[in-house]
Amino acid sequence: MSNNDNHYWKENIRILSILLGIWFVVSFLMSVIFVDQLDVIRIGGFGFGFWMAQQGSIYIYVILIFVYLKLMDRLDKKYHHEEKDILEEENRID
Amino acid sequence: MELQTLTYLTVGITFAIYIGIAIWSRASSTSEFYIAGGHVPPLANGLATAADWMSAASFISMAGIVSYMGRDGSVYLMGWTGGYVLLALLIAPYLRDFGKFTVPDFIGDRYYSQFARMVAVFCAIFVSFTYVAGQMRGVGVVFSRFLEVDINLGVIIGMGIVFFYAVLGGMKGITYTQVAQYCVLIFAYMVPAVFISILMTGNIIPQLGFGSELTEANGGGYLLDRLDGLHEELGFTAYTDSVRSSLDVLFITGALIMGTAGLPHVIIRFFTVPSVRAARKSAGYALLFIAILYTTAPAIAAFARTNLINTVSNAEYSEMPGWFSTWENTGLISFEDKNNDGRIQYLADPEVNELTVDRDIIVLANPEIAQLPNWVIALVAAGGLAAALSTAAGLLLVISTAISHDLLKRNLMPDISEKQELLFARIAIFFAVCVAGYFGINPPGFVAQVVAFAFGLAASSFFPAIVLGIFSTRMNREGAVSGMIAGILFTACYIIYFKFINPAIDNADNWWLGISPEGIGTVGMLLNFAVALLVCRFTAEPPANVKAMVLDIRVPGRPGQD
Repeated sequence: MSNNDNHYWKENIRILSILLGIWFVVSFLMSVIFVDQLDVIRIGGFGFGFWMAQQGSIYIYVILIFVYLKLMDRLDKKYHHEEKDILEEENRID
Repeated sequence: MELQTLTYLTVGITFAIYIGIAIWSRASSTSEFYIAGGHVPPLANGLATAADWMSAASFISMAGIVSYMGRDGSVYLMGWTGGYVLLALLIAPYLRDFGKFTVPDFIGDRYYSQFARMVAVFCAIFVSFTYVAGQMRGVGVVFSRFLEVDINLGVIIGMGIVFFYAVLGGMKGITYTQVAQYCVLIFAYMVPAVFISILMTGNIIPQLGFGSELTEANGGGYLLDRLDGLHEELGFTAYTDSVRSSLDVLFITGALIMGTAGLPHVIIRFFTVPSVRAARKSAGYALLFIAILYTTAPAIAAFARTNLINTVSNAEYSEMPGWFSTWENTGLISFEDKNNDGRIQYLADPEVNELTVDRDIIVLANPEIAQLPNWVIALVAAGGLAAALSTAAGLLLVISTAISHDLLKRNLMPDISEKQELLFARIAIFFAVCVAGYFGINPPGFVAQVVAFAFGLAASSFFPAIVLGIFSTRMNREGAVSGMIAGILFTACYIIYFKFINPAIDNADNWWLGISPEGIGTVGMLLNFAVALLVCRFTAEPPANVKAMVLDIRVPGRPGQD
């Protein structure tokens, strides 16, 4: 693995760790373990914990994937790994 | 127009569209048959993945389950969406870069072992058959209730349609029919939800409606507060409170999430896009399209529950609306006047409760309960069929590729030509359709139980093996195989013990640490990781070419090994 690839992979791991950290907090801490404590906060008719478990977590999942897409686009550009979609398709050995 | 005619018309039109797409997108090579040639644009793949993922269970049953479980229903909402984050970040882009056809392809090549390949083939086939049996049943149910044909004839019609476009078009045909099926199913799901939300809360968006106040005509006050109050009056746990222990909820959610990320029919969809970036993007689109239905389901659940209790509780049996007796005839609602007062007592205590309501009613009868026009009811029938057929087709393809590609081409008969392999794939799909149809007509009594099995197995076998295969260059054949076997054996034994051998003691007092069989997959997954990492420390490193392959799939856009 070249030095360049090594750096690319390390930065990739850093992005993953941050996003999966948020994912873990949202899924397991806010929506399951501390749900009762969060329910004290009310948003309209929802207790906040209940809303996180049945609505909020799902919205955050969607946002996480699109943030990942953006961050990886930036990373690929920095290390010149942008793919030439059409070129790759043509060279593909099936 | 008559409801019956309208339903036939709607279902007929959607079927004609699916057949038209199948004829337009015939497959001519194994690459087209297995992965649609790798030419599917991310948006189309996102739509297809969403349709593939959302099954008869998601469309027909999920809102009903949430409606009855209240807050505990969240395990399904999060469990069946959260896995897409793992798929997008940890699995899909790398497997796309690997650039082969199937999940057993990856497991077999990465762990340079035919045995590992065969373990993966076995899991892929088992998980897919488990799933597909339920879909065919769903097709039969929709046919018999809305079109009043015999349930078996319904299954056979459904089989015929799937057979036609799956055999003709393979993955290519399936992908583009799934795009159409997503549009049908989401429209059919949203229309009644929006109508009911407006009726009950005046809010056009159901996701907001169920946190809003009820309209004056419905008595005002927040909907969820009202529902909690009704529940407590009747002796149920408050709707927004939990019955299960948080540890169990945690493990069930975990098992469903990791299971989702390890299911072969979902992973295989990311082989069909042209690039790594497209794989990431289509995972985002897929979850977005899934989220539309999954955030609406809990809203429908709360509306329907309130509606149902308000309509039936302590009401005169003789004054029940028309839908009540219609669904009574199908056996999905039953009333037994235990105290002979002519009124319906719907209570938590089974001794005095007089009403039994099947969960599936929540979605299927919702339009009738809310007195929506006939075309909405016809739409729900077409939507249920789209959901069941799209999932069935995706699963059947996994079974067929596992046999023709992984078992025959990559193991038993490596010398067959591409043409022969394609023929075998079509024959395999034919047999898979027949087996699925058989289970649809003669449903094994254990379908509901084996769903826990499918997810537990995917979580405890594929998920760790794939993730370690990408993120550890050191992971070797010995580690991965022993991890998979430990994970599968542990999970399978636990589930078989509580679900089949000794179902009488299947309750929280007897579970290990209070973890239900539905959640044990998470423990199996952790065990798999632990065993794999331990064994790999004491055994030989993987060969240099395998290490090079791993480094290669970590960087997008570089030509692969082959």
